[in-house]
Amino acid sequence: MAEISINGSSYQVDDDRTILSAASELGYDIPTLCHHSVISDCGACRVCLIENKKSGNLMPSCTTKVADGMVIETENKRLRRARKTVIELLLSDHPNDCMTCEADGNCELQDLAYEFGIDEPPYGGFKEEPRFTIERDNPFIEHDPDKCILCGRCTRVDQEVQCSDAIEFVERGFAAKVGAALKKDLGDEDSSCVFCGQCVEICPTGALSYAPSLGEGREYQLKKTETTCGYCGVGCKLELKSRNNKVVGAGSIYRDNLPNPDGEACVKGRFGYEFIDHPDRLTKPLIKDKESGEFKETDWEEALDYVADNFRRIKRDHGAEAFGALCSARCSNEENYLIQKLMRASIGTHTIDHCARL
Amino acid sequence: MAKVSSPRDLEQYQKQAKAARDKIETFITMCGGTGCEGSGCREVIKEMDEKLAEKNLQESISLKVTGCQGFCEKGPLMVIRPAGNFYCNIQPDDVEEIIEKTVLKGESISRLEYQDPETEEKILKEEDIPFYQNQERLVFKNNGYISPTRIEDYFSVDGYSGLVEALFNMSQEEVIEEVVNSGLRGRGGGGFPTGQKWKLTYQEDSDPKYVICNSDEGDPGAYMDRSILEGNPHLVLEGMMIGAYAIGASQGFIYVRAEYPLAVKHINIAIEQAREWGLLGENILGSGFSFEVEIMEGAGAFICGEETALMASIEGKRGMPRPKPPFPATSGLWGQPTNINNVETLGNVPLIIKNGADWFNSIGTENSKGSKIFSLVGKVNNTGLIEVPMGITLREIVFDVGGGIPGGKEVKAVQSGGPSGGCIPKDLLDIPVDFDRLSEVGSIMGSGGLVVMDEDTCMVDVAKFFLDFTQDESCGECPPCRIGTRRMLEILNRITSGEGQEGDIELLERLGEDIIDTSLCGLGQTAPNPVISTIQYFKDEYEAHIYDKACPAGVCQDLIYYNIIEEECRACDRCRRVCPVEAIEGEPGGDPYILYDDICIRCGNCIEECPFSAIEIVPGQKE
Amino acid sequence: MELELERVDEIVEKNKEEAQKKSPLIPVLQDIQKTYGWLPEEAMKRAARKLGVSLASLSGVASFYNEFRLKPLGENHIVVCTGTACHVRGAPLLVAELERNLDIKVGQVTEDQKFSLETARCVGSCAVAPVILVNGEFHGNMTKKKISDLITELE
Repeated sequence: MAEISINGSSYQVDDDRTILSAASELGYDIPTLCHHSVISDCGACRVCLIENKKSGNLMPSCTTKVADGMVIETENKRLRRARKTVIELLLSDHPNDCMTCEADGNCELQDLAYEFGIDEPPYGGFKEEPRFTIERDNPFIEHDPDKCILCGRCTRVDQEVQCSDAIEFVERGFAAKVGAALKKDLGDEDSSCVFCGQCVEICPTGALSYAPSLGEGREYQLKKTETTCGYCGVGCKLELKSRNNKVVGAGSIYRDNLPNPDGEACVKGRFGYEFIDHPDRLTKPLIKDKESGEFKETDWEEALDYVADNFRRIKRDHGAEAFGALCSARCSNEENYLIQKLMRASIGTHTIDHCARL
Repeated sequence: MAKVSSPRDLEQYQKQAKAARDKIETFITMCGGTGCEGSGCREVIKEMDEKLAEKNLQESISLKVTGCQGFCEKGPLMVIRPAGNFYCNIQPDDVEEIIEKTVLKGESISRLEYQDPETEEKILKEEDIPFYQNQERLVFKNNGYISPTRIEDYFSVDGYSGLVEALFNMSQEEVIEEVVNSGLRGRGGGGFPTGQKWKLTYQEDSDPKYVICNSDEGDPGAYMDRSILEGNPHLVLEGMMIGAYAIGASQGFIYVRAEYPLAVKHINIAIEQAREWGLLGENILGSGFSFEVEIMEGAGAFICGEETALMASIEGKRGMPRPKPPFPATSGLWGQPTNINNVETLGNVPLIIKNGADWFNSIGTENSKGSKIFSLVGKVNNTGLIEVPMGITLREIVFDVGGGIPGGKEVKAVQSGGPSGGCIPKDLLDIPVDFDRLSEVGSIMGSGGLVVMDEDTCMVDVAKFFLDFTQDESCGECPPCRIGTRRMLEILNRITSGEGQEGDIELLERLGEDIIDTSLCGLGQTAPNPVISTIQYFKDEYEAHIYDKACPAGVCQDLIYYNIIEEECRACDRCRRVCPVEAIEGEPGGDPYILYDDICIRCGNCIEECPFSAIEIVPGQKE
Repeated sequence: MELELERVDEIVEKNKEEAQKKSPLIPVLQDIQKTYGWLPEEAMKRAARKLGVSLASLSGVASFYNEFRLKPLGENHIVVCTGTACHVRGAPLLVAELERNLDIKVGQVTEDQKFSLETARCVGSCAVAPVILVNGEFHGNMTKKKISDLITELE
């Protein structure tokens, strides 16, 4: 245990934790940008600085461990000025386009600008001319480096959680940005990006967004439904986002004891929701008209009778081994249980498989 | 090759090396450092080699190519011993005469002697030249005597005796104690007490531990570490080994700039030799201490001089620093306890162990002990590398060692500490050079760059130069450094191009303070220093740029104009011919020429060309 | 131009063997550049595979350090030192002169591939400032006049 003083009050805290985690738990609100619970900390953004009263230095609370006898302040005039300058500098290299930005209302930079009451950065205002081009080479992720604050959350989640090693900082200093292999785009043939979307989820600004969700609604306009991904047997938790009864995105849920506690997903879980509202999706049974060869809508009673009759006929003429069933991860466990029961008990075949094995 | 396997063996070899040296009648030491290479010493050396062979003199006369002797300004340099003749600016054509006259007959060649720029007096011997006279050469002591590529030469100056002393007569704690007591502080810029650093790493209970020699000397205008590695690599190796023994490390790294090919070559040779002789490897000299060294060539990033960035680079990553704590002593290379020292720091270590802490302690000021090597450059007569005792004044450095300012100009300021340092104005030149005094006046000791500036140097331009450097070398990790230095540079660019506004100075000061306060590593935390210190001492120059739209020093191109002085112009037509943009008009032999300011690009060609000094630079913008 | 990519394999093997405790990654890139004069994409890909590192991290490292070039140089490579000493002794004028003379900017290659121009941070020959390097060779106490002579000679 370590005894530390925060803003004049003394506390006993575990000595292996960071100032940020100890102070947050004690109810002190320290702003952050590059910190995220599922990745390591790097101390880069300088927004979570606290003042060490003994050394007189400002230190990042996310990477500095508590130590016995430490005296710190999380809020004072010097810190407010320091944090404000950092945010002003970030904004001076950021377009002032919140009105049309996809991330409006879901942007940590915007929140901090509001909190610190910044009208216009005093160093020549907002960024007027873009320094980069927007990368739109693939159908899933759009990357606008001009909105990037180089917090590195995306590269860390890519490297530490998803382990795709698809993105890294490229270049250096003011020219630095996040880039894929050979400084090309995410969708390039040399890129190892698997389009899990975790970088988009973790991005604190509008630098990374889901291409299919563009223009489909701001975060605060969307209804969120927690669900289990239906694609495979892992059972990842996802948050489906919908607007006007239409699914427009699949977000991450960060929670312990999930199969995907760090918000992991694969490209199918993340982007494969279009079928839900697809016009080709069948909502009523169809039976093929033998003469015209065309499918015609029918009711469930007739359809099920039709199937049952044909099952009987095939079993009689060709035996149970003529049957095979392929069931779906998109059905519930109960439904999957029932289909194998139907196959084994009623029809008498073991030829059953499931799409999650693919 | 015989291996040295005990202290006794080493003593034997040292004796042999000394005896062999004493046998030779005449020594010619020729500086082969990078500075002299730039002035063509290789041709002179080649010529000398050939001539000695031709005359069958190789037996009695030894030509030794040494590392940097410091007086780069006068290169190529040669000292003929034991007579002691010092020759400078030698050309291959001079070689024949040198051998015939000086080497064989003992006559001096006046043409090649050093001439004092002040008194215009010729000076015969090295030790009488003011440049050398006022120095205190400890680390550099042997640079001019030994060949850096021969370990025997290092033996001949009692090389590796410090290692023996540490390994056989001292415990790890005693070595650390000795270094603590010596008061040695890091020479790379930070000035942290070396012994303390060792103690922290020693106290960590973890294996393995590493030692790193930081030779990523990146400050523009500073090259002392390069010269030590080039001229006396075994000294650094010995210092590293003593440090490794003290903290309990068995693996070391030397991180050296790839831009220093000669230094890389010499340190590689030294490591090979040390291995061959049993001074590196398992069970060194039978002491039970084992040590290996690897070289890592930097790939050109100033930030890698920062210790955590340097370690990231050895680990094969982008050289991005990380916050401290944890300090390298606790968690360094590959997460293990690591001790990083700079080349010059390590070069002091064998001397301290050999001569004792008290000896070292007796040199310098209260909190800054020993000597410091500076690279004295800029507007000063004697440029080169100097090693002076701590506590010497800047004035002594500039005028006694440096021989004053060329062209009868006046000194305006001295910049110390490179891009992390500040400019010290001429009325503070009497302060003693030590860690504390320099930081009191807003600069730092830094790694040892001293740039002398005269009245023709624009202080706003100098601040801009350094900031341009740091913002270009910023790794980009933290916003204050990445964006903040960029914004400061934009403001400076505005000021020097005539678009400065009221409030710019205050904005620079405020932003500078915040960058210092909030940046992640030493680069950002010191980057605004050149701006802040020039504002502190030369605010009037900033104001002249902003309000009068004039550059008083005549440097900033948008705030000066060229003027042909009618009375001086003889219409010789030379200026017109060299003007790349046809900004000058006139008839040869006719009226004084006319210079069109709106066309002129201020390239300086005409001023250089005019034999009558008829073209002047006028501060301000032409009406 | 066909690259002999087998040389990349040799470079990786050699550096893996030599590096005891340091990472071979940067030395491999340095050797590739020594071999080809720059870092061709194909060589980077091969090296990443051989080293077992991601291509993204290799390109991240390659683009971080000044030494690495992601495009080839001109036949004659001119580097102007812009260290402090060279700066106060007129290096910016030399850069301007070279840019004018070669009609390229710093970091570019002339159309005929004959010249490329770069600036360097202090090459450590401050005493003979200003300094330029032509194909690695030092030229001290440079003047604009000497530069035009040099270029004429090289053309």
